[in-house]
Amino acid sequence: MKPPPFAYHAPRDVGAALRTLAQVRGKVLAGGQSLIPLMNMRLAAPEHLVDINRIGSLSAIDATPAGVRVGALVRHSDAEHAGAHPLLTRALKLVAHPAIRNRGTVVGSLVHADPAAELPAVLAVLDGTVRLARWDGRAVEREVPAREFFVGPLESAVEPGELAVSAFFPALAPRTGTAFEEVARRHGDYALAGVCAVVTVDGDARVTAARVACVGVGPVPVVVDVTGACGGVDVPGASGGADVTGAFGEVDMTGASGSAAGGWAEAARAVQEETEPESDVHASAAYRRHLVGVLAERALRNAAREGAAARGA
Amino acid sequence: MEHEITLVVNGATRRVNVPARRLLSDCLRHDLGLTGTHVGCEHGVCGCCTVLLDGRPVRSCLTFAVTVDGQEITTVEGLAREGAPPRGLRSAGSAATGATGEGGGTERPSRPHDVEEVKPALSPVQRAFAECHGLQCGFCTPGFLCTVTAFLRDNPAPSDDEIVEGISGNLCRCTGYQNIVKAVHRAAELLAEET
Repeated sequence: MKPPPFAYHAPRDVGAALRTLAQVRGKVLAGGQSLIPLMNMRLAAPEHLVDINRIGSLSAIDATPAGVRVGALVRHSDAEHAGAHPLLTRALKLVAHPAIRNRGTVVGSLVHADPAAELPAVLAVLDGTVRLARWDGRAVEREVPAREFFVGPLESAVEPGELAVSAFFPALAPRTGTAFEEVARRHGDYALAGVCAVVTVDGDARVTAARVACVGVGPVPVVVDVTGACGGVDVPGASGGADVTGAFGEVDMTGASGSAAGGWAEAARAVQEETEPESDVHASAAYRRHLVGVLAERALRNAAREGAAARGA
Repeated sequence: MEHEITLVVNGATRRVNVPARRLLSDCLRHDLGLTGTHVGCEHGVCGCCTVLLDGRPVRSCLTFAVTVDGQEITTVEGLAREGAPPRGLRSAGSAATGATGEGGGTERPSRPHDVEEVKPALSPVQRAFAECHGLQCGFCTPGFLCTVTAFLRDNPAPSDDEIVEGISGNLCRCTGYQNIVKAVHRAAELLAEET
């Protein structure tokens, strides 16, 4: 349970890190909350580790009206407390435990590309990007959209020699709400299934756009645009109805209209059809498919309600 | 290859040579002799090895010592000192610190009391765990104490749900957690009384 030996590099700036990565083909160490367990269990044995913890310029959180750019050294807890993006903040509370979040980084979670993790789904549903840099006589950067970034389970588009320097989470459109619903056996565990939703409504609280990304039910975050299924749906409770939230998420006491219920259920079915859950020791594929439908409907309703409530804001 | 690093552990500057792969938990226990930090699973699940890094709880088994060169670390050994009452309030018996003499035939009869009195005062969180039976075998306790110390600093009057969430990263196989939750409430009371 001890990590295997490795050569250690501790660059002080991004240029030095890129030059080192170009020479040694090492793994990047940021928070280490995924990499070090893998090394402790001898599932990973990198010959070189390039520790970016001394590169202060990578700790920046840069919020603009267009969105928020999160540097490669921004810890989960820093991003959570900065509250720079509502969906990111919401998702971060579901990531592991406080002690892990104090060390783990947002960009590290994206690069690790675990299909059961929350943050890749957030980047995917928002159509965000990851900025990668490498050394080619000078620092060369490229911006990779989320749909190309997540390649497979634990596989991202980061090439050998590249460093993910930041990620960009686009801001929400006006009158847009978000939700992240998941079922995990214990708080902080990887979810059996989870769905994050982004729903935009018009001035009359009718849905104009709705997108979800699902975790734990495919090799990468599964993004489904369900505007076709639930576009035009009236958001129940938008006129200030009671918001009753129980331990398992929202309980709709306002009595949705027939057409609305149909729209959400149709959207949930559309989401189920796009997913490819697998069976493992924690849950069967059929149960995960059931969960993702229930969670999609719940997430869409909650996001729509939040969007409707934001109309006056 | 060894790296020379400097850690400020429980307020004392410690210089130590470590290979890059030395986990912070092992550095504390083996290189610095601070065996209060316990190592359970060594892959970040159990929380026994939790220490405070610049005041924030982290898994010392998921941190390389070289990475935190120059930073401040508080282990369970440092909590008592942190929570000790001001010097003026300490009993005069503390002069007996150096009095060891195992097996000596000329012990002063009052020695057991002196020994009792030189113990550093437990922190409010530690006293609350003792009062509420928040531990049984004690293996997980150092991690809980560090976690709860930082948790109550951020949230001085937590609800039951917030406590359960706050300690969710620490496993205890003895208590069933009920007394730990009570201890966190009690520690919050003690901290409120003392500040």
